[in-house]
Amino acid sequence: MIYLKKIRVALAILFFLPIILFFIDFTGKLPLQLHELLKFQWIPALLSLNLILIGVLLVLSLLFGRIYCSTICPLGVFQDIISWKSRLFKKKKKKFRFEYIKPQNILRYSLLTLTIALFVFGSSFLVVLLDPYSAFGRFASQLFRPLAIWLNNGLSALLSGIGNYSVYKVEQVAFVPVAFGITSFFFVLVGVMSWFRGRLYCNTVCPVGTTLGLLAPFSLFRISIKESSCTRCGSCERTCKSQCIDSDAMKVDDSRCVSCFNCLSVCKKASLKYEFRYKKPVEVPTKTTAANNSRRTFLLTSGAVVTSLAYASANKALPGKKDSILSRRSIMPPGAKNIEHFNANCTGCQLCVTKCPMQVLKPATLQYGISGIMQPHLTFSTHVFCTYDCNICCNVCPTSALQPLSMEEKKLAQIGIAKLRLDMCEVITHETDCGACSEHCPTQAVHMIPYKNGLTKPHVIPELCIGCGGCESICPVRPHVAIYVEGVATQIKAKKPAEAEKFDKVIDDFGF
Amino acid sequence: MKRRDFFKSAAAAGIATVLKPTSLDAATNNLAVQSVTDLVAVMGGEPAAMLTRAIKEMGGIGKFVKKGDKVVVKPNIGWDRKPELAANTNPDLVGALVKMCKSAGASEVLVFDHTCHDWKKSYANSGIERAVISAGGKMVPGNDESYYREVDIPRGINLKNTKIHKAILDCDVWFNVPVLKHHGGSKNSIAMKNLMGIVWERGYFHSHDLHQCIADIASLAKKPALNIVDAYRIMKSNGPQGKSEADVVTLKSLIISPDFVAADTASMKLFSQVQPTEIKDVRYIALAEKLKIGTQNIESLNVKRIKM
Repeated sequence: MIYLKKIRVALAILFFLPIILFFIDFTGKLPLQLHELLKFQWIPALLSLNLILIGVLLVLSLLFGRIYCSTICPLGVFQDIISWKSRLFKKKKKKFRFEYIKPQNILRYSLLTLTIALFVFGSSFLVVLLDPYSAFGRFASQLFRPLAIWLNNGLSALLSGIGNYSVYKVEQVAFVPVAFGITSFFFVLVGVMSWFRGRLYCNTVCPVGTTLGLLAPFSLFRISIKESSCTRCGSCERTCKSQCIDSDAMKVDDSRCVSCFNCLSVCKKASLKYEFRYKKPVEVPTKTTAANNSRRTFLLTSGAVVTSLAYASANKALPGKKDSILSRRSIMPPGAKNIEHFNANCTGCQLCVTKCPMQVLKPATLQYGISGIMQPHLTFSTHVFCTYDCNICCNVCPTSALQPLSMEEKKLAQIGIAKLRLDMCEVITHETDCGACSEHCPTQAVHMIPYKNGLTKPHVIPELCIGCGGCESICPVRPHVAIYVEGVATQIKAKKPAEAEKFDKVIDDFGF
Repeated sequence: MKRRDFFKSAAAAGIATVLKPTSLDAATNNLAVQSVTDLVAVMGGEPAAMLTRAIKEMGGIGKFVKKGDKVVVKPNIGWDRKPELAANTNPDLVGALVKMCKSAGASEVLVFDHTCHDWKKSYANSGIERAVISAGGKMVPGNDESYYREVDIPRGINLKNTKIHKAILDCDVWFNVPVLKHHGGSKNSIAMKNLMGIVWERGYFHSHDLHQCIADIASLAKKPALNIVDAYRIMKSNGPQGKSEADVVTLKSLIISPDFVAADTASMKLFSQVQPTEIKDVRYIALAEKLKIGTQNIESLNVKRIKM
């Protein structure tokens, strides 16, 4: 049954490579259609209520166990790579040295329950932090991508020094300290855990892993040990990165097995089989007690967590999106509908952030409150604003936190409204022409009207403004700009700008 | 005041009036015999045909581009807009110019702009990237400060130094190829305004009297060989981006001159037939003349007007 492992590895590569390359790609050369692949992940599928994908994932889990964890989940595959590479740095004796450990039931069920309960209470704080796909997205976009860009720019500097412009410099990823800190923390956490203990993270921290662990004991196929031929040599136990094979007891803990099939390929006696679970009247009274225990713990811990949460929420409001402390309302990407929908559905995977050609999208710190950390928001700076002819972000979102918009819809999607502070404007304070804001306004919601001495001053028509931030990004007034965009809580359709009057006289003279 | 002094100063003032700089220029122009053409205006043809004709009137491309020269063409590619919206220079015109330079023996022809919109999208959707590459030229990025080098502008009033794209500073000859547009900030964008695309730090312009800074940058020592103003399609309103094709008027015209001020003045006169505009409100034109960059007095120049 060695071929099973080979299939698993092939599938894992097939999913992992496009995902990581798609996140890192800073050239825009990879087709945007690749985002479809990212919808095939548990949390994005659940949040976007994509019944077909949920159905497929569920069927896969009920057929083959936690096959999601070993092939589809990029964080899982990433851990396998670390665990595999760690062998190069370990002493010969320590390679493949895993041993059976008991499941961390209280911890894993508490985290799962807490994640679900918080979500139900209206905070996606833990979903954002713990969704494995999104966590990996952040590794790729905030750690691997900057590294790749840094290398590219080094090469570009070398080449442009000798007059070769074929490799062009790419704007480095904006550094957002809190987002970077959290991502780095998880990177180290996942890295260290997988380096030393294989899939420990998946089996203690990850809520998706824990949930699938609850389903896995019912899957049609499972790993089993044939007691008649097993010599208890322990080689399967030593190679099990989930540390879920107890070779002495000849038991496999299904709830933690990720169906990687490594054990099948090391058993010299071929005592391990991946086979149909319900084929015989079944041997196992002991097994059920183990499962029962685990389920009992789940029920107990979930009960405890929910009770304490209910208690906490009765006493004071949960930390969440309500307490907006900033004077300017943060600006959500187009397609976010409204703040409640957006905050509840976005897992902060950073895909839109990496695909934004203007890099106007950045992970939030506390702009959306504590549960909105990592969710994207728009920040404008010189030459950085939302491109009029672009609707990429809302069309790549795998969780449907951003609803897809056609180009025509996007051009009218009001994500904010420009606020003009005329008393600070260059035209008024220095009595000179400027008009940079109007120059950058695609809808002419900001346009120039007569002021005095042939000068013109800006004027804003709010209904026309879509909040792209062109004006704010280019306003030369310092230290604070004279025109800025205030986000909206609910995105509505802006008025369509009127066209100019047509000129249809014929000119056949130069005029000089 | 003594009577003698009065006569002296009166005489001096009189001489000064007679010999004011523009008329001096005009005088020298007239002296250099009519063979030198100062400005060519063409109307009624396709962009490439009008360019060929205009360059011929100017003495042929070989007068400007020598064999082995590194050439830069600087169109307006500021916006992610299709050619029909006239926010950018006509791609056929740019392509034809690149081809012409290559045929004159240019070792390379580089094309760039410091765009306002995403540079890759602007290069692509303006149609200029395709036209340049198929004509044998190269597109060069202008999106990063590292491509720019600081130079002094000794004649500048407000702009004393600024960072200019290295492609311009390192080339043998360059052409300024703007499109004629209305502009919300500077009133109109033509040849001198197009120079803001060779500069890195544009915010400084807007906060230090836009018009003066535009005039100042036009005094840059490294002048373009020619200003080639694309007026095939012009943007009459809602510039510099434009909202729709209703802002566009097709004039099928081209104005060429080595003189910034003359090129902009002539273009304004053409533009004003569509959208009446006071040239004095486009203040940078007069400010540039004051810096002796060129002349607004079209009549004093040797102008060729061609209908095709």
